[in-house]
Amino acid sequence: MSRPEDNLPPDLFYNDVESRKYTTSSRIRNIQADMTHRALELLDLREPSFILDVGCGSGLSGEILSSVDPEEGGPHTWVGMDISSSMLAQALERDVEGDMLLADIGQGVPFRPGTFDAAISISAIQWLCNAETSDVSPEGRLKRFFDSLYASLKRGGKAVCQFYPKNAQQRSMISTAAIKAGFGAGILEDDPETKSVKVYLVLSVGGGDVTGAVSGIQDVDVYDSRRRERKRGKEFVEKKEGKAWIMRKKGQMEAKGKVVKASSKYTGRKRKTAF
Amino acid sequence: MKLLTINFLTCARKTCKSTPASFPLHPKEAELEQVETEMNPLFLRNILPRLDWEAMRMLTTELGLPNLPAETPAPEELVVATTTDLDAGNGDDRASGPSQMARDLHVLLMETSIASGKLVCGNCGHEYAVKEGIANFLLPSHMV
Repeated sequence: MSRPEDNLPPDLFYNDVESRKYTTSSRIRNIQADMTHRALELLDLREPSFILDVGCGSGLSGEILSSVDPEEGGPHTWVGMDISSSMLAQALERDVEGDMLLADIGQGVPFRPGTFDAAISISAIQWLCNAETSDVSPEGRLKRFFDSLYASLKRGGKAVCQFYPKNAQQRSMISTAAIKAGFGAGILEDDPETKSVKVYLVLSVGGGDVTGAVSGIQDVDVYDSRRRERKRGKEFVEKKEGKAWIMRKKGQMEAKGKVVKASSKYTGRKRKTAF
Repeated sequence: MKLLTINFLTCARKTCKSTPASFPLHPKEAELEQVETEMNPLFLRNILPRLDWEAMRMLTTELGLPNLPAETPAPEELVVATTTDLDAGNGDDRASGPSQMARDLHVLLMETSIASGKLVCGNCGHEYAVKEGIANFLLPSHMV
C-alpha cells in the first residue's frame, strides 16, 4: 500500500470523500485516540493549558483535549491548524470547541512568542518532508515550521509530535530540523520493530534533557545517543587515508554516478617515497 | 475564532515577523457570535499573565464592544471568597469561586467569537478572511 504523501499533497489528498472516510472510520478514530492519549501522557500537563494542535484535521485529537478530566489537568483550550478545508469542514460539523486556522504549517506558526503551554501533533509532520512546489525545499519548510513552533511556545513548554517517517532519512531530517531550531529532542518508539510502530518526537523548549518526559512511564528504555557520540569521538577517529578509505570513497563516487577507475591490486598500495 | 485566539495571532508573512505592527490583527467587517461555553477558572488564571491587555482593549474598541478597564486584572481578582450556609460552623473553611471579573473575562475571551469577516495586518495590509469561525492563513508562495 503506498503512502498518502507519495501520491498527492495533503490539501488535495484530504478532499471531502477522503475526509469523511477518515473521520467516520472507527479504526482510525481508535488509533488516533490512543496516540493522542499517549502524547498527553508525554506532555504531562498539570493544569488547563493553551495547546496548539498541529495538523488538527477533523478535530479527533482536539475533542480529546477538550474533554480531559480536571483530575488529569484538564480540560484544555486548543487552537488547531490544518491545510485541508474538507477536514476542517468535518471538524465544524462535529462542533469542536477549539478555534481553527486553514494554514500550511510549512509556512510557519503565526502566533506571538510564548503563546502556548504545549503543542501536539498526531500523524501530521511527515507531510512536511514532501516538496509540493519547486520553490521551497522540505528542509526549508521544516525549518520554518520548527523555528516558529519554538517561538510560539512558552519557556519550559513541550511539544509531542507523533508522525509516520517513511524511512530513517525522514526521521533524521525531522529531528535535525527540530534540534537546529533549539529544541531538546528525543524520539519515543512504541512497539518498535513491529509493523505498527508509532514514533513520537518529544520536544522541550530550551534544549536540555528530554528524558525527564518518560521518567514516570514504565517499560521505556532510554537510549542516549548523545553520550555514545562523544565516546566515539575519543576512541575512534576516522582515518582519511588507507586502502579501506580509498575503496569506500570510490564506491561513493560510483554510486553518485561519477566516472571511477577500476580497482586493482595496485589501488591504495603503499608507494616507495623516493620520487 | 474566539477573541482569546485573536489576542495571540500575528501576520504569517516572514517580512512582517519582526515588526511590531504585525500584532494584533485588526478586525474588519466582523460579525460576532456568542457561543455558550463552560467556564474554566483555572485556565483563565493560567492564561491571564500572557494576555496582551493593550491589544485586547484595541480589539474591543474596534469591535464596538464595551470598554475594558485600563489595567490588566491581577490574578487575585479572579477569585472571590464565598461562604455557604453549611460551612457557617467552620470559620476557616471558605470555598472560593470565580468573581464577576472572571465571569466577564470568560464571556469576552471564550464566548465572544468572530464568525465571519477579515483580520488585517497593520504592517503589510494583508487581509485574512474568516468564514464560519475559521481563519484562512494560506499564503500564496510569493507572499510567504
